[in-house]
Parts: sequence; C-alpha cells; structure tokens
Amino acid sequence: MSGSAGGRSRILVLRIVVTLTLLVGLNYIVWRWGFSLNWNAWWIAIPLVIAETYSLIDVSLFGMTVWKSQPRPAPPPAPEGLGVDVFITTYNETVELVENTARAAIAIDYPHKTWILDDGNREEMRLAAEALGVGYITRSSDWKDRPRHAKAGNLNNALMETDGEFLLILDADQVPSPRILDATLGYFLDERVALVQTPQLFGNVATGDPLGSQAPLFYGPIQQGKDGWNAAFFCGSNAILRREALMQLGLMRYVSEVEQNVKDALSRADRVLATARRSDVAGSPLVAAALNDIGEALSSARARLAAGEYVGMVTYDLQQRVDAVAQQLVEIDLSALALDLAALQSGEEDASSDAARTPGDVRLLREISPLASLESVQELIRSIDVDRSDEAQPIMPLATISVTEDMATSMRLHAAGWKSVFHHEDLAIGLAPEDLRTMLGQRLRWAQGTMQVLIRENPLVQKGMTLAQRLMYFSTMWSYLSGFAAIAYFGAPIIFLCFGILPVHATAGEFFLRFLPFLVLDQLLFAIAGRGVSTWRGQQYSLALFPIWIKAVTSAAANVFFGRPLDFAVTSKTRQDSGPQWGLIKIQAAVVVALVIATIIGFTRLLFGVGEPVGTFVNLVWVVFDIVILSVLVPAARYRGYRPEHEETHEIDR
Amino acid sequence: MKLTVEHSGNGVAIIHAEGKLNMVSAAQLREEVAATVAAGSSRLVVDFARVDFLDSSGLGALISGLKAARQAGGDLRLANTSDQVKLVLQLTNLEKVLSTVDDASTAYANG
Repeated sequence: MSGSAGGRSRILVLRIVVTLTLLVGLNYIVWRWGFSLNWNAWWIAIPLVIAETYSLIDVSLFGMTVWKSQPRPAPPPAPEGLGVDVFITTYNETVELVENTARAAIAIDYPHKTWILDDGNREEMRLAAEALGVGYITRSSDWKDRPRHAKAGNLNNALMETDGEFLLILDADQVPSPRILDATLGYFLDERVALVQTPQLFGNVATGDPLGSQAPLFYGPIQQGKDGWNAAFFCGSNAILRREALMQLGLMRYVSEVEQNVKDALSRADRVLATARRSDVAGSPLVAAALNDIGEALSSARARLAAGEYVGMVTYDLQQRVDAVAQQLVEIDLSALALDLAALQSGEEDASSDAARTPGDVRLLREISPLASLESVQELIRSIDVDRSDEAQPIMPLATISVTEDMATSMRLHAAGWKSVFHHEDLAIGLAPEDLRTMLGQRLRWAQGTMQVLIRENPLVQKGMTLAQRLMYFSTMWSYLSGFAAIAYFGAPIIFLCFGILPVHATAGEFFLRFLPFLVLDQLLFAIAGRGVSTWRGQQYSLALFPIWIKAVTSAAANVFFGRPLDFAVTSKTRQDSGPQWGLIKIQAAVVVALVIATIIGFTRLLFGVGEPVGTFVNLVWVVFDIVILSVLVPAARYRGYRPEHEETHEIDR
Repeated sequence: MKLTVEHSGNGVAIIHAEGKLNMVSAAQLREEVAATVAAGSSRLVVDFARVDFLDSSGLGALISGLKAARQAGGDLRLANTSDQVKLVLQLTNLEKVLSTVDDASTAYANG
C-alpha cells in the first residue's frame, strides 16, 4: 500500500498542505509580533501572541510528524525458534480480569512462556496463575525498603527472573490476539530493531467515545509519522521488546550512575567528616585519628579518580581502608567498653548505695563511644561503592526517571542507536476508564510522566538521536503545554467584551486576511492527515482539559526539583457513582459562566454605544468557539459507564 | 553453562565458567555467586578461559555478582578474558567497575 499510486499522491497532497500551512502560519505570526501588537494592553497582547506562537509551533511539529506518515510494508514472517516471554503486568486489577488476559496470552500461536507480574503480591492471583499454568512473579526481597519505581520496577524485577530473547508486554486489561507474535516478530530480523509497538484500542467505549479514550490519530498517522523518522514510541503495552537492547541500556546507565553517585558522595564527604569531628563530644584522640585516616583515604580516592583510574578499583580500595579503620576502632571500642564496665562494676561494689547513678553512666558511655560518632561517616562511605545499594537492582533496563517509563525507555533506546517499529494492526483489545474521574487521573499521570521526562532528559539536548528523533519526542511533550495557551484563548474574548480592550492592533480586514487562510489550512491539514479519523474531539480535549495539563506541569516540576510526590494534591479516589461528576470540572464550568457573563456585558456595551461592533462580533464568535470546545466535558461528566448497545462488539482480526 | 568453584584459601573463590554466558545461563551464574558469597567467600574471580559467548544479560549477572561480593566486603574480578570480551567491557564502560586480571590465582595478591 505504501508504494501504491494512491498512497504516493496522498502523501504528496499532505506535504503540499503542510508546506502551505506553515508558510501562511509564519506570515500570520510575523505580522502579529511585528505589526499588530496592542502595546497599550501588553498584559493581554503578549500572552495571547505567545499562545498563538505556541499553537503554530505545535502545528509545525504535527506537520513534520505526518510528513512521513505512511503504512509500512508487511514484515517478513516470524522466524522459528525465538524465545519469547509474555508479561502481563498487574497491580490492583481483579483476578478475573487478569485471568481473562492470561488465557488469551496462553492461546497466542507462537511458542512462548506466559507470566503474570503481580505487583500487588496477592495470594489469590498466585493461585490463579498456578491453576492456569502460567508463571507468577512478584518483587524479590531486594525491593524491600527501596524505591519500587512502579511499573518500570515491576518489569525490571521480572527481567531478572526470565530469559526470553523477546518480551511481549501487556497491561492487565489488554487481551491479545493469537496472532500478535507471528505478526510482529519478523521485524526483529533486522538486528537493530529493539521495539515493535502495536496500537492500543478499547472494547468498552460507548458510541461517540465521550471520554475520548480511543486514540486512532495517535495509534495511526502520528505513530506512523514518528516511525517514518525512526522515532515510534514505546507506549507501555501491546509492544514487543528485544531483551538484549534493554539490558544494554541497563548496563550503560549503571556505569554512568555509579560514576555520578561516587562523585557526588565524594564531594559531600568533607562536609560529613567536618560534622563528625565537631560532634565528637568526647574529643577522643582515637576518633580524631580514625577520622583523619578516613579523610586521607577519601582524598586518595578523589585523586585517583581525577587521574583517570577506574571507579571499581578505587572504591574497592577505599572500602578496604575504611573497613580496616573501623575494625581497629571496634577492637579499641570493645576493649574500652570492657574496661569501663569493669570499672563500673568495681565502683558498684565499693559504693553500692549509689547504684542509682549507674544507668546514666552506661548511657554516657554509649554516647561517647567512638563508633557512635562515626555512624554518619560510615553511612556515607557505604554509598561510595559500585553496588548501587540504594536501589533494589544495580541494573535497571527500563527507565525509572518517570511514571511514563515507556517513553523514557524508548528515547534512551533511540539515543543508543536502536530502531523502533510501529505496526499498524489492532492485535490486542483493552478496557478504558469508564468515568470522568478515572479518565482525568490517567491523563494527569501521562502528562506528569511526559513532563518528568522533559525536565530530566530533555530530548533536544540528548546525545545520540537525530534532530528529527529529538523533535518527535519534543513534539509530544510540547503538546502537553497547551494548558497555558488555553488560558489566553479563554481570557482574551472575556477581556474584550467586558472592557473593550483588544489585544490585536489592526482592522478586522487586515486580521482576517492573514488569520482565516491559516485557520482553513490548519483544519484541512488535520482532515487530510487524519485519513477519515475525526480529530475534533482530540482538539477539544487538548484545550478543555487545561487545568489538568497545567497541574501536570507544576506537579512534575515540584517533583523533579523539590522531590515532592506527584500525587501531592490528588483528591479522594473514592469513585462517585451517584450522578454526574460536575465537581471535577469546576474550573471549566467557571470559565463558561465567565464567557456567558462577558457576552451579556458585550451586548450591553454595544446597546449603549460603548462597544465597537466588528470587534464585538468577532469576539462573540470566539466565545461560541470556546464554549463548543468546552462542551466536550458535558457528556463526559454525565457518562455512567459502558453498556453494550447491540451485539456490536469490537472483534479483532484473528 | 558449566560452573565449577575452586576455593583457594583466604576467602578467595575462583569460579571456572564454561560455555555461553547469556540470557539463558545468567540466572545460574547469579545463583552460584550468591551461594559462594553466602558460604563465606566474598573475594571472587570468574575465570573466562572457556567462556565462548557473552551477552548483556551475562554482563548483568556479573554486575549482580559484583554487588553481592561488595556487600560482603569483597569483590568480583574477571580472569583470562579474551580480546573480544575486553572489547565488550570497553564498549559498555563496564571495564570501569569490573576489574580484569591476567591470572586467577593472583587476583587478590595485593589485597
């Protein structure tokens, strides 16, 4: 199909429209910045023009994505004899749901092993796995009291327990087709392919998809376009990964993190030593000497690392030297303790009437024990090693920097030179959230995870990726910033209608001459790129969920910079089964009220001859547009869950 | 993969490995190292003389072994590594944490 005349002419038309959209958009935005800013009202003019610039960049990145959006030719048949592990990840899903997925996984045609990765560590799940005859994996004891890293941790733990060359990853609700491996393993004949992602679609979605669960634009033209630039993302489920590629990532990260950790700990060491010297209440010469020895060992370690010696040997020698110092102290400490106890005992015998003093003396003895004041130092020294004792496993193949481990991992795979594939065929069918609260929680988590990756590993500055690959990742991150633009788009008409302040300094004719062609081409671009898939709901949600997007940015920044947990401000998770969930969209409701009030004021101003007719008309159209955008939330809040209508079930192709 | 452990005194154990150290045998090596450390030998040498294949999972198992040895106050070093293995260690940067020695019997001669 990709080579067909229809495909070729479609892509040609698409590219012409992309080019025209960008030219017209550029013309518009240059005019806006250079010739039509109302500086007298800069406080609204500047935010609005920034929002418009944001949107133009968003469209440009979209245009670049779909520039190469084409279906792939069919892959070669799956080679025989590959080892495949099928992982079903679960945390709190019901046993029946996981069993259902596991049965379908067992029925996958290509030979494989099936595993349930139960992060909830539930006895009934273990029994279910046993009854089905599939493997059952929970976290090893190494994870106790260490960061668990959510799903990435669950998968990393399972990677250590299994040995398949390839891994099919399925969320607990994603029921696979028996063909899923036969249809995809052929791509791995190319030894540089590390990932094959297939679409995610959902079977429990009512007509009209009120919660916007299906993502046919993303799991279609967008992923195909990213694929065209060798930047198709890993999306967490319904994907096949090459173990060797993941392990290589884990190894490379391990070395660089060890080096960084050791460097950080060594640079903290002097301060910790100084504190230990000050807190050495007894002023014991033994402790002072020990601290000096340790200080020398640390200086020597720093010098050797600076001279280019390897971190493995340097830390080994450091640990040995410090152990020797500690050993010496323990011996001295014990003998001192023995002596003191003997003294106390003899004192007791001499003056048994004064026995009340004894417990206090013992406590004093412990406090001035040389070892006690060394605890903080020993803790620091422990961290100057290559064993990553702060983590459950030294090797973490799936990235743990974000709650969206999938995007972070595929970015690292691309940076390491691996290829990815988007295979556009529905090979699994899952369950989408059925109420607004759950849906909003899920969107927030995706957005937060994406922002964590942007802040921690900004794709624009990652080495190893092509410019196009960087822009493909950046494009998705950029789209999550739309919440800020939405404020300007909702605020500007309200301000004009209420106060008559126009952010644009131009006649209506001048404005429309430049703006309308852009608007028309922009919508044309979405229509052509969508290939019959409606993109309107997506456009609505990208503005209507603006409070979620903004919260994602602020909470991810607070998490990365100040270590605050992501769910810091999350409200009660109890599902409201009674009535529509209006409380979740209070802010948007307030915006609608403000838009309506502004409309009334605008009309009133017009009636009294204060308002300017053309401006008022334009802004009224704008208000209608804003309200239509926000109206997507009404059916969403009223949605009471999926009820199958006819026998119209989504049957996936077998 | 075949593994034989030789105790050479002073807490030093040499693990002679034979065959492919890959995703299939990684767990086996990891368990052997854990058992050896648990039995009181934390200064380990993995003898690579008869290892004819090594992949990232195998390297992962070596790192797990290194962690176990370090936490018991010892180390894990590699002996008789081929040029190919040395190249892999270099490319993955693992040469910085996994020390290689020429002779297994003198791997801990200097402590």
